[in-house]
Amino acid sequence: MSEELSVVGQSLVKPDAFSKVSGQTKFADDLALPRMLFGRILRSPHPHARILSIDTSRAQALPGVLAVLTGEDLPIKFGILPVSQDEEALAGEKVRYVGDPIAAVAATDEWIADEALELIEVRFKELPRYMGIEEAIAGSGEPIHGKSNVHKAVALEFGDTEEAMGVAEHVREDIVFFEGNTHLPMEQHAAVAQYAQDGKLTLWSSTQTPHYVHRALGKVLELPMSRIRVIATPNGGGFGGKSDIFAHELVAAKLAIKTGRPVKITLTREEVFYAHRGRHPVLMKVKTGFRRDGTITTMQFQSFLDGGGYGSYGVASTYYTGALQTMTYAIPRYRFEGVRLFTNKPPCGPKRGHGTPQPRFALETHLDKVAEELGLDPVELRLRNLPTPNSRTVNWLRITSCGLKKCIETVAAESRFRERRTAMPPGRGLGFAVSSYLSGAGTAIYWNDMPHSEVQLKLDRNGGVALLCGAIDIGQGSDHILAAIVAEVLGVRLEDIQLTTADTDLTPIDLGSYSSRVTFMAGNAAKAAAENARARVFEAAATALQCDVEDLAARDRQIFRRDRPAEAIPFVQAVRLAEAAGGVVTASGSYTPPKLAGPYKGSGVGPSPAYSFSAAVVEVDVDLKTGEVRVPEVWVAHDIGRAINPVLVIGQVEGSVYMGLGEALMEEQTFRLGLHKFPSLLEYKSPTALETPIMHTYLVETIDPEGPFGAKEAGQGPLLPVIPAVANAIYNAVGVRIDEVPITPEKVLKAMSEKTRRVGPKAVPSFGFPPLVEADVPDEWKGR
Amino acid sequence: MPSKVPVRLRVNGEEAAVMVPPYKTLLEVLREDLGLTGTKHGCELGECSTCAVLVDGKPFLSCLAMPLDLEGTEITTVEGLATGSKPHRLQVAFAELGAAQCGYCTPAMLLTARALLDHDPEPSRDAIKQALSGVLCRCTGYAKIFEAVELAASRSEGLVV
Repeated sequence: MSEELSVVGQSLVKPDAFSKVSGQTKFADDLALPRMLFGRILRSPHPHARILSIDTSRAQALPGVLAVLTGEDLPIKFGILPVSQDEEALAGEKVRYVGDPIAAVAATDEWIADEALELIEVRFKELPRYMGIEEAIAGSGEPIHGKSNVHKAVALEFGDTEEAMGVAEHVREDIVFFEGNTHLPMEQHAAVAQYAQDGKLTLWSSTQTPHYVHRALGKVLELPMSRIRVIATPNGGGFGGKSDIFAHELVAAKLAIKTGRPVKITLTREEVFYAHRGRHPVLMKVKTGFRRDGTITTMQFQSFLDGGGYGSYGVASTYYTGALQTMTYAIPRYRFEGVRLFTNKPPCGPKRGHGTPQPRFALETHLDKVAEELGLDPVELRLRNLPTPNSRTVNWLRITSCGLKKCIETVAAESRFRERRTAMPPGRGLGFAVSSYLSGAGTAIYWNDMPHSEVQLKLDRNGGVALLCGAIDIGQGSDHILAAIVAEVLGVRLEDIQLTTADTDLTPIDLGSYSSRVTFMAGNAAKAAAENARARVFEAAATALQCDVEDLAARDRQIFRRDRPAEAIPFVQAVRLAEAAGGVVTASGSYTPPKLAGPYKGSGVGPSPAYSFSAAVVEVDVDLKTGEVRVPEVWVAHDIGRAINPVLVIGQVEGSVYMGLGEALMEEQTFRLGLHKFPSLLEYKSPTALETPIMHTYLVETIDPEGPFGAKEAGQGPLLPVIPAVANAIYNAVGVRIDEVPITPEKVLKAMSEKTRRVGPKAVPSFGFPPLVEADVPDEWKGR
Repeated sequence: MPSKVPVRLRVNGEEAAVMVPPYKTLLEVLREDLGLTGTKHGCELGECSTCAVLVDGKPFLSCLAMPLDLEGTEITTVEGLATGSKPHRLQVAFAELGAAQCGYCTPAMLLTARALLDHDPEPSRDAIKQALSGVLCRCTGYAKIFEAVELAASRSEGLVV
């Protein structure tokens, strides 16, 4: 099949490349409208406090200030998940983290707006603060929300794990901690709102999820959604950080309504750190039973999530810390207990890998230790527990294509892992880990039966193809994927496709650029739309060529008979014939994922129509005097299904390696008395060009049966194995276990000087998880 | 309202005269008064180099620069990289190799790389890393950017599309 493809599989220049290299791409803050005002938001200086009073009179009186808002103006609560409608655009009664929005102003310039914020007088009564997991569990003062700081607690069991643990030939338990970190997109969030006199509201925003922002605006502003237009601007980096609903989006809209003038709000870098919604700090305990040969017989996994002040995606995050352990290893019996605590910090949410890098760190370092105990090579241990393609996990996740074995063998061979690992020079080490990730969440964020992605096409008589889709390109190349799929099916060139994306007035719905869903879901919708359009064009071409539609193929702007390729008509000619015969040539296509959730509560998080698989080897060079860890070389193999554009896929893998190394070695979002310790690009350490390792990327193609042209995800999965592979490599290099991310030089030095040769948490807090829900298991796992 | 002062700048080979408050940074004047929004910002504190432009051929952080100090200099922004509709060889290489993912740090990367190639036409990988080390990118992992600079360096100015 692949030899017949002419666009898919090619490393072509993506449609938005020249607009980006010329600086012409319009990001949200690049927009300026006549009479535009500038909005600014007053944020809480306290981590937890009751608001006693707000006096805005002096701000209102400042010349140049056109509107001031407080919580009274936007009282309706919202949240990204229907079960967590716990946020207010501007806090009404109390604030729950430093940075919680309280009031907002619109003024004729930013300096006046800033000055006005200083004139707003707020009186607070401080409340006891809960700055971490243990404090949130143990604290006895006023909870952050409701009656308890427990946001969500879950307990699931698939098969009797206690029984299996009792008879296991080898059991090991580990406790590890993954510190929170943040997305740090180079573009700060921005939104521009415009309200017309006829009552139509338009919001441009750097959001990954325009459809969800649209819904929230309708709810909070009490406007019909048909009177709201949301246009997502190209994201200057997202990584999950622009997939929530943010106060500044709602506030800009309200200020535009109140003033009758366009209003722009661009967050400062410091505000972006506090807006957050990034990686949850997670404390984890993993206990696994094995046979002597290394086969896993059972696993029990506990996770404690430090959620921050609001719900955000946290219910999903909680389940995700337990969902995918079974995807890389055939685990016959599995228990997961997870709890998310509210704390007085910026809310955590989804960051690249959403809820799965933390357990992956726990699991892969745990298995490295077990391999040593069993006298097995860590690669061999993984190979003895591989999942089977076209199977189901014990927690009901459906596996279709699976190239994990090939990924493992490729990186092991290419890095010469087995030969080199036992003979590394002092301070040098090799580490190995694997992972899996979803190609899009199988369930929507709000319950509905509608498609998750939709694409419309209009073929014009000049040979151009207009492609409309709700998906927004966040740098991952989704515009290219859509265009390439449509060009392939119609047999036209990439440059014949004109994209209009992420405009709720014009484009059909795509749920958003999150959960690695766009290639798979919007890609399938694009393919369906193109096949429908092609049917009309082929009908006209068949008439002209006096043959059957089934005889036709399309390629390079020609439609021709497969058996007699010389008999052809140009694509544009066929479009004209189709238009003459039946009017404007339009077509649409939709994608709804199959219903894959298992028969238990909580089964909605984890299912995906397909999973990617990755394996990584990381080489480290540890400075024995300073504890500093350098990474000279990384090998990653990724099961992509099919690479629609290899250069873009490799870009996603390399970006994932980079971000994984940052999380492994330096990035942390930590707080002192409620204040972020590092809310700037200088102090929040992230890797620079100088830290870039040599990266070897190997794409494993498994041609997924349900992916568009067999494609799966690339944006998130390859990050996951990098972090534990770093930790395992450090152990190989200097014999210390750093069971806590990030692995800073201080921790390495400390572990090297300690008798235990370890830095990491020693216990998990005592917490009463709810009674285990003993879920039914698929037939093939019964009795195992 | 704050009083405004006249500023005369030379940007991308053109004279630009604007009346701006004296505390406005070059970044703000370029973006807000001259409509040159190709120059981006990541921190406005001189930490990320997203706002880099060239001043007399050298990378310069526009978020820290005051326009009045720059009268008489030659300022180049990403809009001034191409020759007419012909993109600079760095722009072509960045497009071809996927060195621009979200595209937000790209203008600063391109201009910084241009300054490098202007004084070191065949830079080593280490020289490229060193030159670009102040410009933060969160998407690419930098590797494709290094490769694009090398590709551009390998192409003589006359051969690009």
